[in-house]
Amino acid sequence: MEYLKLIGIIIIILGFAFKLDTIAVVVAAALATGLASGMSIDHILNILGKGFMDNRMVSLFFLTLPMIGVVESHGMKQAAVNGISKIKNLSAGKIFNIYLAIREVTDAFGIALSGQVQFIRPLINPMAQAAASVKRDLTPKQVDLIKARAAATDNFGNFFAQNLFIASSGVLLMASTMKSLGHPVSTTSIVLYSIPVAIITFIIVGYYNMRFDKQFDK
Amino acid sequence: MSVNNILEIFYILMGIIMIFASIESFRDKENSARVGTGLFWLILGLIFAIGKYLPNVVIGLLIVFIGILSLLKQIKVGKIKEVNKEIAEKSAKKLGGWLFFPSVVLAILSILISELTNLGGQVGIGIASVIALILAMIISKTDAKTTYHDSERMVRSVGTAGILPQLLATLGVIFTASGVGEVTAKTISGIFPVGNHLLGVVLYCVAMVIFTMIMGNAFAAFAVITAGIGVPFIVAQGGNPAVVAALGMTTGYCGTLMTPMAANFNSLPVALMEMKDNLGVIKQQVPIALSMLVIQIILMYFLAF
Repeated sequence: MEYLKLIGIIIIILGFAFKLDTIAVVVAAALATGLASGMSIDHILNILGKGFMDNRMVSLFFLTLPMIGVVESHGMKQAAVNGISKIKNLSAGKIFNIYLAIREVTDAFGIALSGQVQFIRPLINPMAQAAASVKRDLTPKQVDLIKARAAATDNFGNFFAQNLFIASSGVLLMASTMKSLGHPVSTTSIVLYSIPVAIITFIIVGYYNMRFDKQFDK
Repeated sequence: MSVNNILEIFYILMGIIMIFASIESFRDKENSARVGTGLFWLILGLIFAIGKYLPNVVIGLLIVFIGILSLLKQIKVGKIKEVNKEIAEKSAKKLGGWLFFPSVVLAILSILISELTNLGGQVGIGIASVIALILAMIISKTDAKTTYHDSERMVRSVGTAGILPQLLATLGVIFTASGVGEVTAKTISGIFPVGNHLLGVVLYCVAMVIFTMIMGNAFAAFAVITAGIGVPFIVAQGGNPAVVAALGMTTGYCGTLMTPMAANFNSLPVALMEMKDNLGVIKQQVPIALSMLVIQIILMYFLAF
């Protein structure tokens, strides 16, 4: 029964869907796949150990953590907040777009901002609400929409630009997984092919946000 | 010295940073799982620092042990000393934009080293990280002791999530060794013909979105769907693997944008900003997610072949 081999995939899907402990789920999936394809315990542990060693590069981003820790304890996030809060006299959509640009550029340099906590709630959301309520008061529904769009803008910028950074865990995971699957690729080529998506995201989300302003003009 | 030997030095450095995290986790009296957490970082630190000299079977066993620790909820972030806001504010005023300089150097230097030398991308990241750290210490006038605490604080706060990508990549090795890709390819090709480039791209991209939505995690979906569909249906048909990987992952993110399973991104803001509509963030994201899915299918088709 070669279909039994797919048990690992099933374990991963169900384990993640039911929010079980992720580390345990992945280890269980690895063990189950090995057993289902008729490997001995010894052989499975061997592949597991060798696979982990061969994929150490995925965790290389740990090397960047001390530097990030140092600049963070010296106010990197506060400096970013100070910079963004200087934006004035713009519409809500434009505020979102400037933030989107900042988010994409900082992502490309591996500067991890905890966007939702550090910027969206305390900064971008109140700035956008103030900008949108210049002509008339906002309805509760509009307030909710602004909050949602602010949060969404952070996710767009974060997701579609993070692979521009060569030492990001996503890029390292892709390079290492492709190597494991027998089709090695370089990290720089992954970064290269991630550029179009980052640019396209900026254009279409930029347009989406400019249209967002229309509802506050009426 | 060969590239692998240089790389080994950086793995030893990583091991040392993890051992810092281990020491501080053991010392964290307020963490109910301090022993398990300390062991977790110690084991990882040892695997990175001296794993080369251990038999693979032992490393495999240690990973199973980490899985058990995690299952029994014995690995917890614990209490981490927060950044001192006052000092941070003051230093932010003084240093301003210079605080971003080390990160910029890190990103540019690692690309330059990997492109202009024959040391490769990984060694590039290693060298650039060390130089960026030294720059950061000089700019902020930080001493070794503070750097130690900044390092262990960052590593500990990453927690088990930091090791998940490497474990998923390891799972890819097991899948390859067991021939999972061939079985899924055979199963799916009973319904969809292998060899049609466009169909392969659509199948892979749509599967990435659906499975990311179900699992709430694009990294996990990437490991399984690329083994099961991406490689047999696109790469094996002559598709460029770097294009498939890069666009496959960001296509998965379209799924992340549309699922309540990705709570960190879609539910956290709802709670943070006390929004009335629980699905409000997702509703704002669906139009962009669907547009990006179509755009990326087209991009992948034209760039990969």
